[in-house]
Amino acid sequence: MRVRGEALDFITYIRENRERFTELLIQHLELTVYSVLLAVLIAVPLAILASRVELLAKPLTWLGAIGQTIPSLAILALTLGWLGIGFRPSLVALTIRAVLPIFLNTYVGIRNADRSVIDAARGMGTSGAQLLFLVELPLASPVLFAGIQTATVQTVGLATLAAYIGGGGLGDLILQGLAMVDYPILLAGAIPVALLAIAAELLLGGLRRLVIPAGLQTEGR
Amino acid sequence: MQYLRDNPDRVLELTEQHVRLVASSILIAMLIGIPIGILVTRVRWLETPVIGAFGMLYTVPSLALFVILLRYTGIGQTTVIVALVLYSLLAIVRNTIAGLDSVPPAMIDAAQGMGMTGLQRLFWVELPLALPVILAGVRLATVAAVGIATIGAVIGAGGLGRLIFDGMRSLDTDRIIAGALVASLLALAADWGLAALGNLLRRDVGVLSKG
Repeated sequence: MRVRGEALDFITYIRENRERFTELLIQHLELTVYSVLLAVLIAVPLAILASRVELLAKPLTWLGAIGQTIPSLAILALTLGWLGIGFRPSLVALTIRAVLPIFLNTYVGIRNADRSVIDAARGMGTSGAQLLFLVELPLASPVLFAGIQTATVQTVGLATLAAYIGGGGLGDLILQGLAMVDYPILLAGAIPVALLAIAAELLLGGLRRLVIPAGLQTEGR
Repeated sequence: MQYLRDNPDRVLELTEQHVRLVASSILIAMLIGIPIGILVTRVRWLETPVIGAFGMLYTVPSLALFVILLRYTGIGQTTVIVALVLYSLLAIVRNTIAGLDSVPPAMIDAAQGMGMTGLQRLFWVELPLALPVILAGVRLATVAAVGIATIGAVIGAGGLGRLIFDGMRSLDTDRIIAGALVASLLALAADWGLAALGNLLRRDVGVLSKG
């Protein structure tokens, strides 16, 4: 296949189409941030529930593990069949995908919290809610945060595919570039997406160092 | 389910394509990644830059990587295989290093005491003992590759992604489900199969270290 244009022409393309590019970039960021936030709101309570109710732990973690093997593309495609085309269906698909790593990490984080610390807290007379918010969740926070980091980087990538179900975002440029066999347009989507994913990884890595209690710093992922 | 029943030959053909894509990528990644891992355990300062570089590559979304590679490797399977190899290197190199690091120093001393050369020690002692951990990396890489390979259909690499993308284009949910189901089963089979192989190896190594 012959592709038109030189590799660096994509910068010219972005410059000449600044408005469209900015709009798609914002869409991409919205898709990513909203779905990761929604996923945290769903996954963390679910993980707390699983750590409290022994009966639920097995099936939920089992479902989570199986869910991880379902290709992301399949989740996106199935959402298309279920909810149709557009921004909202894309958001639902991305959220479903992001729930898994956050749920599994939060659950593992709570389960692996040092028993002796929890016993000590109980001995000091902490209530159930105090135990959860003051002891267990802070102890789980490094692993939980690593889950959010994984989910965010993954969502930046999957949001690229959301263009296929009308979700917009930078994937639109890749779709257009593939249809027109136009290399500058392809790269105008691909390079910013790649940089966005790397930026998310580095940014959240730095943020993790800021928010994790100092005593737990060494237990990264 | 209807689609699977009506088109078993087509599904089988695409599954075979999919397996071939993943298997060749993982084999190539092992051929490159294991030697790199060995090298890193010998030249320690390489660890941070090597793992950093593969980690960075790993975060690049697959569709973006396919598209960036397109110019050099063209439309089709080559591009997807190159991308899958690049993704798989992180888990394989990282686990090769961890596996070699986990070999008990006493074993290495014993091998040296028996008069083994460096290469003999590597192939007869260190690598066999590191194998279960290396295999765990291969398992992670394989499950991820099965999923990523579905996206390869966008750039004409075939495989089960064809069913999903064709289904999306024609709004044929049945076809999407067929592709998704078979791809998921493939990932699960790879996950369980490699886990079983790992347990087998671990048992062997356990017997070895006791006897």
